[in-house]
Amino acid sequence: MNGRRISYFEASARMRLSGLVDAGSFSEFCPPEMRQTSPHLAQLGAPQAFDDGVVVGRASLAGHAVLIAAQEGRFIGGSVGEVHGAKICGLLDKAMVERPAAVLLLVDSGGVRLHEANAGLIAISEIMRAVLQVQAAGIPVFALVGGSCGAFGGMGIVTRLCAEVVMSEQGRLGLSGPEVIETVKGVEEFDSRDRALVWRITGGKLRRALGDATRLVDDLIPAFRAAAADLIERYQTHPLTPAHLDTLLDEQARLAARSERFASARDGLEIWQAAAFADASQVPELTVEEFNLQLGEPA
Amino acid sequence: MEQFTLTLPSSTLPQDIIHTAICGVVSSGNLEVLVEPTATRNACEIVVNTSAHGFRDIWEAVLKDFAERHSVGGLRLSINDAGATPAVVSLRLDQAFETCAA
Amino acid sequence: MTTKCWDTRARNRAERLARAASFTAGRIVSSEHIVALLEAVIEPGDRVCIEGNNQKQADFLARSLVKTDPARVRELHLVQSVLALPEHIDLIERGQVSLIDFSFSGPQANRLARLVESGKITIGAIHTYLELFARYFVDLTPRVALIAAQAADRDGNLYTGPNTEDTPAIVEATAFKGGIVIAQVNEIVDKLPRVDIPADWVNFVIQAPTPHYIEPLFTRDPALITEIQVLMGMIAIKGLYAEYGITRLNHGIGFDTAAIELLLPTYAADLGLKGKICTHWALNPHPTLIPAIEAGFVESVHSFGSEVGMERYTAARPDIFFVGQDGSMRSNRAFCQAAGHYACDLFIGSTLQIDLQGNSSTATKGRIAGFGGAPNMGADARGRRHASPAWLRAGREGRGNIAMPRGQKLVVQIVETFREHMQPTFVERLDAWDLAATANMELPPVMIYGEDLTHIITEEGIANLLMCTTPQEREQAIRGVAGYTPVGMARDLRMVANLRDRGIIRRPEDLGIRKRDATRDLLAARSIKDLVHISGGLYDPPKQFRNW
Repeated sequence: MNGRRISYFEASARMRLSGLVDAGSFSEFCPPEMRQTSPHLAQLGAPQAFDDGVVVGRASLAGHAVLIAAQEGRFIGGSVGEVHGAKICGLLDKAMVERPAAVLLLVDSGGVRLHEANAGLIAISEIMRAVLQVQAAGIPVFALVGGSCGAFGGMGIVTRLCAEVVMSEQGRLGLSGPEVIETVKGVEEFDSRDRALVWRITGGKLRRALGDATRLVDDLIPAFRAAAADLIERYQTHPLTPAHLDTLLDEQARLAARSERFASARDGLEIWQAAAFADASQVPELTVEEFNLQLGEPA
Repeated sequence: MEQFTLTLPSSTLPQDIIHTAICGVVSSGNLEVLVEPTATRNACEIVVNTSAHGFRDIWEAVLKDFAERHSVGGLRLSINDAGATPAVVSLRLDQAFETCAA
Repeated sequence: MTTKCWDTRARNRAERLARAASFTAGRIVSSEHIVALLEAVIEPGDRVCIEGNNQKQADFLARSLVKTDPARVRELHLVQSVLALPEHIDLIERGQVSLIDFSFSGPQANRLARLVESGKITIGAIHTYLELFARYFVDLTPRVALIAAQAADRDGNLYTGPNTEDTPAIVEATAFKGGIVIAQVNEIVDKLPRVDIPADWVNFVIQAPTPHYIEPLFTRDPALITEIQVLMGMIAIKGLYAEYGITRLNHGIGFDTAAIELLLPTYAADLGLKGKICTHWALNPHPTLIPAIEAGFVESVHSFGSEVGMERYTAARPDIFFVGQDGSMRSNRAFCQAAGHYACDLFIGSTLQIDLQGNSSTATKGRIAGFGGAPNMGADARGRRHASPAWLRAGREGRGNIAMPRGQKLVVQIVETFREHMQPTFVERLDAWDLAATANMELPPVMIYGEDLTHIITEEGIANLLMCTTPQEREQAIRGVAGYTPVGMARDLRMVANLRDRGIIRRPEDLGIRKRDATRDLLAARSIKDLVHISGGLYDPPKQFRNW
């Protein structure tokens, strides 16, 4: 049976992290015993976590030095509060000094923590700035998305700033969450309880077909590890170069054209159809291997 | 949040090297337990921070049984709880103990 | 000498049909005429059954009945399995119903309780499914039955598909006692895959604008099974199923029993129990049973109803399920309830409250939820005369060796000592008493009586109530597995230790179960996607259970 399969979706942030990096290589910054907890949650009488829902530190992955952050989706939806955000931001700032082979963000977040919204919003913008700064310095940042909260709100934006986005089909990526869209626009616009639809709109297979995700992997910690290791190797031989204005303008034009092309699309099915999948309705049932093959990607 | 600290007599944990460990996640109906060494060798200090009010007597019974079940003298346990049932609390405490003394 | 007329019901039926003749030609009626049809054939004071249960619903006919003129369609006596649709309660609120006899009201339990408290409706009785079906053939025969089927042919034969459920029982009682049967169908076709209800038992067929609703009630997402449920599942398998050699059984709905199903191909197989336990079932096609079936654990499953998304899987496993020559499953609630009552050695299910005598109830104040089928599964079948090793052993444990040799069904409650929000499962007094008082009920709504209950499983272990020799021992055995609830903390420590020495209370460690082994890794499937994979793609889960 599959008793020994380690599901990335099901694992906690700490389990993901320890399964992802080389065994025994992780050393944590601001560990739980430092009790860097949220002052805002305490004031509101809400439960705190000793790590404020994010684990950050230094490790090696396939022998390469990396800095890594893992959000805990089960603690207040992986939301970004003041301390949580400062830990990620501090990690990125440290990358400017340590110059690791890559920074890995294990994103599992609905975005800003509503309990500390202002501090959280500022933290998110700080993280965005830091990601761009680190990548401008030639250090790639990878977002890994495969947890139950996906990557939404500000963390959705942060994810798209990263040089690489690795997703599983269970992973989701978007700006406003399905429940938010339904609340604001009505159930006719988006039925958030139709989970199959939610995944056809935000899930890993749609994001990969659109190019928002650069890799689609199985929902297994070793699969995420293999993809991250492979990407690190690639950036070792083809280092990240600062983007020229022309490249950015081209990318802007490409996205504008995409937005126009799919302006009337109501369902991921239409996008898979456009991406030349033989039978779009069967895409959700394809294995990752079959999906990547049909997408024309070398295994 | 309700907070209290209990100090429970317990046999001293034989191992000299007790490492800090954390178990569990603070999510609805669940809790995290942080285990650290302390100087008091013949007792276990337990700090409880819980969102469920009015269950101190149950906590005391659960924690007392835990301190009797294992040799936990010399440990400090810090708990952040989001309404876990006694069954889940006992399970996490046992897991935390096994991890820190592994 | 005056001649007694012996066919008043048949004549009355003919009159009703004549009133409907103006807008019906044959059995097939256009959906636009449904309200007029109902007004034509229903008379004041009629006993009416709107088919529905915890799965399929004759929802179009229920909606249409609410549109009838209250001056014409009134004083109805509803005799039906459930009051689960808002329309069922709307009908009462519109004053068209004077009396209700039913089994279950789940989603409408709060509204129903308010109507009863305000005196707007009188409850005849709350039954079990089987009990209500029985009364259809004695003193609660419906005059008009509004039923749901998958398809009809042009003659009016019906195909109910995998979700046959209550239909045969309702139609048989109504059609053969001068009543009128009206069926809503999803489609009308030239040729049916098979005939489940013959046309001459049916008076009218209407194609509904939308397919009848089916609730995927028996789908439990393995992702939501907790470590505590895994532990209790291990206790059930090792401490009960293996111990008694349980081969014929029924599982209640819930995550506790889903955990047991998912532990069969892993934990139970490792214990060498394949072929020795859980071979024959009275059970709906639970998606969580797929891994056990695929692992060759299961020989036979008969079902009360089907389950949404399991149609292709059951059709592809005709050796296991009851499948027609057309290739689709057939369920039958009445037969399966009888099977669960008489032909199973064990029932295991969960509940909300258990008292010190072992009575259990899912009733809480302000909610009249009813029973469904559990009381028939969870009761000793006193009429049973065939023996089996498990049944005989339970009988010896419960009655001793001196009495007339006789067996007993194992009736097990599997519960965590606390529910969500620290609600204790073990209580001194059931909320059912308060509900009975406020709703003026003659009987507190007890789901399983203490006298039928043989074992309780909690995270603390098993209490074997059969082996308790006095009421005091029984009470202490219950307290002894009640954990840190007030009931559990008030245990007599010496008596509980004595019960444990005698094997009446068994802790996980007494059974050789290590709590740290109780992890989700033991589950044969940990997500709905795993179930789809293990079914070879035959299981097609409803969209609300997908995350891909």
